[in-house]
Amino acid sequence: MVSLTINGKTQQFDVPDDMPLLWVLRDVAGLTGTKFGCGMAQCGACTVHVDGAPLRACVMPVAAVAGKSVTTIEGLSPDASHPVQRAWAELDVVQCGYCQSGQIMSAAALLKAKPTPTDADIDAALSGNLCRCGTYQRIRAAVHRAAELAKG
Amino acid sequence: MTTATGTSRRDFLRTAALGAGGLVVAFFVPGTNRLAAAAPAAAAAPFAPNAFLRIAEDDTITVLLAHSEMGQGIWTSLPLLLAEELDADWSRIRVEHAPAAPDYFAVGMPMQFTGGSMTTWTEFERYRRAGATARALLIQAAARRFGVKTADCRCENGAVVAGDKRARYGELANDAARLTPPKTVALKDAKDWTFIGKPARRLDSPEKIDGRAKFGMDVQFDGLLTAVVARAPVFGGTVASFDASAARRVPGVRDVVQVPSGIAVVADHFWAAKLGRDALQIEWNPGPNAGLDSAVLQGDFLKTATDDGLPANQAGDAAAALAKAATRFEADYAVPYLAHAPMEPLNCTVRIEKDRCEVWTGTQFQTLDQAVTARITGLKPEQVTIHTMFLGGGFGRRATPTSDFVSEAVEVAKAAGKPVKTVWTREDDIRGGYYRPAFVHRVAVGLGTDGKPTAWQHRIVGQSILGNSPFQMMIKNGIDATSVEGVADSPYLKSVADRHVSLHSPELGIPVLWLRSVGHTHTGFVMESVIDELAKAAGKDPLAYRRELLAEHPRHLGVLELAAERAGWGTPLPPGRARGLAVHESFGSFAAQVAEVSIDNGAIRVHQVVCAIDCGIAVNPAGVVAQMESGIVFGISAALFGRLDIVNGRVQQSNYHDYRVLRMNQMPKIDVHIVPSQEKPGGVGEVGVPPVAAALANALSALTGKRQRELPLRATS
Ligand code: FES
Ligand code: FES
Repeated sequence: MVSLTINGKTQQFDVPDDMPLLWVLRDVAGLTGTKFGCGMAQCGACTVHVDGAPLRACVMPVAAVAGKSVTTIEGLSPDASHPVQRAWAELDVVQCGYCQSGQIMSAAALLKAKPTPTDADIDAALSGNLCRCGTYQRIRAAVHRAAELAKG
Repeated sequence: MTTATGTSRRDFLRTAALGAGGLVVAFFVPGTNRLAAAAPAAAAAPFAPNAFLRIAEDDTITVLLAHSEMGQGIWTSLPLLLAEELDADWSRIRVEHAPAAPDYFAVGMPMQFTGGSMTTWTEFERYRRAGATARALLIQAAARRFGVKTADCRCENGAVVAGDKRARYGELANDAARLTPPKTVALKDAKDWTFIGKPARRLDSPEKIDGRAKFGMDVQFDGLLTAVVARAPVFGGTVASFDASAARRVPGVRDVVQVPSGIAVVADHFWAAKLGRDALQIEWNPGPNAGLDSAVLQGDFLKTATDDGLPANQAGDAAAALAKAATRFEADYAVPYLAHAPMEPLNCTVRIEKDRCEVWTGTQFQTLDQAVTARITGLKPEQVTIHTMFLGGGFGRRATPTSDFVSEAVEVAKAAGKPVKTVWTREDDIRGGYYRPAFVHRVAVGLGTDGKPTAWQHRIVGQSILGNSPFQMMIKNGIDATSVEGVADSPYLKSVADRHVSLHSPELGIPVLWLRSVGHTHTGFVMESVIDELAKAAGKDPLAYRRELLAEHPRHLGVLELAAERAGWGTPLPPGRARGLAVHESFGSFAAQVAEVSIDNGAIRVHQVVCAIDCGIAVNPAGVVAQMESGIVFGISAALFGRLDIVNGRVQQSNYHDYRVLRMNQMPKIDVHIVPSQEKPGGVGEVGVPPVAAALANALSALTGKRQRELPLRATS
């Protein structure tokens, strides 16, 4: 039994210790917003927050995050009102959308650490998040826009 | 799949199918769970039977998409077409993928599919007519209710208005559904458009930014198991023997079944299925392709290019004209096999019941999926429901001639006797075949004293995509047009009196497929590289040279001039940087790009790409810009990194660490300009790809003085 707090709700999971967090979230908890893209920390589609820090859920054994607080895209905000989500909508970032949960979670973590990120900060924080549809230019603009929105 | 009124699309369509053979426009009345009326379409009517929208009493307008949304933005562009003629309230538009059914076959084709950058322009009439027909019926209904003539009614923002009378579409839907649709409807003049041509934000954004959007991978329901399949390491290999005892001991594994493509481990969730697969012991018969080697193949292709192949475009006597040309240019070009590598790995969910089967997947080819599923299950196609989910990228991979990822999932569900979702790992996806074929081009051009081509001989060698596909009938005189498109029909060749373009299509056991922009992925690279080389041979500026050669091709020239001007072609650059130019027509549209590059720490750095696009009428200019950005990134990834190596029949690359794609820190600034046009709409989704590789190669050549004729490009040659 592993205990996790997911999006504020503490739950017990009867899964093997080495099962990656990603599959506990998706296949056991039924939270499919977090995506599978590579399974080896190459694409960032599975990015979630663990105790506030961004983490690739596909390579994180669930036991390693036992007792911790996990936030997924579903829990980032109750109504898509997080500044990153608002900026994403405003700048029409998404295309196929498959990478975007991970992009948004990485961007939200960046803004928490650096409320006014530079382009270099964005490169550093988001180069682990692939987008095969090539939305990077809009992601960059939207991160800057989210920083503005967050300041109100 | 539930509408706002709590009735499923399936129920709606079932009712519709029972109610009438063909519906022009179906108006669904909530709360009664039936069609209020289904206006039968006259067989000779100019609008084919279709069901592209429904209007609910709450004013919601649901648009049914006959094609699949895979990022290209049709979730927005098709509703724009319909809303234009319907004078809809845009905020009330909802969108759904249509089921697989003849009503949704592509215009003029016996199948439902998404590809060829065709959706928006092929649907330009049909979706507008669907909207106009609905509008006409709503006006009739309103005129009766108001006691006025239809001519005294007008529509605005989702309501019919006559004098001081006003009725919302939702209020009229029930009445309108009882009316017979007009035989013909007039479409608006372009000058009256209020939706078409105005930038619109994507309608699928909200659900894609909060995790709600359901991709094939996200399908879940009670009793659904997950399967991971061990497939032959060599294409065409088969299982000789296997031992599943260790796999069966993995907690969560429910079953291990053999299917035509390999051994499937069926489990409670992906992780158990994957561990189970890892534990399988399988002896494979490698089959006839175990000796394939892509490096050897390239050498073979070059040898093959020594002779002419089957002619694809010939006039005059190219060989004789070459012999007497003032200057002779000769070069070989080569491109490797490429995988599509969409972000969402392939997957498919199947539930087989006694007299029906349901399939949930992100697909570009519903009709074939349905037919293949019917064949495997022994059902009739109409007993097979295809639920098209959002596609996490497609790029062509989700339309294969065998419906490979669907047929396999059906086989697994059938063998397991349970509902199953097959999930491909990234490694499975990259090694699972259906690649952009490798190609070699041998080009010989004779130049006159003015530096212009006088003779052009062009041999292309590479596997045919259309061979062994449902589009086989499109191969004419042995020529697969997708192998030579962009060369055989090149504007540069039209004025060359002596020309000979020919094709060799070797048959090999490597599954090949269209990849975003298909033949243009290599012909755009080769033609626009060659033109740059010819400009150099002629001692001319690449822009000036193209202007001369394209003088009779105004749309090529239009994008070329616009891109060159916006990029500041010819203006000074910081030291260590250079620009390259390319222009290419594909899918009925024209794109020119200027790339600016440097070499930085031993790596190619792309600083900027300026793009001009002429796609005729831009239905959603915001979507056109996004697709150019997308195509350019896709093209850069291929040009800088894209390469699959096959050794001993085995694909060497496996995941994004060795099959690399562009990342944020490598992203150039992209600047897109749309040429204003009232020409008929052309394609958009693929058109941004073809010029990129050549623009980069040309820029690198300008930078280093060395010409690279092979992809991917290298920082050092
Ligand atoms: S799925 Fe975790 S980084 Fe790709
Ligand atoms: S939006 Fe498609 S992969 Fe990023």
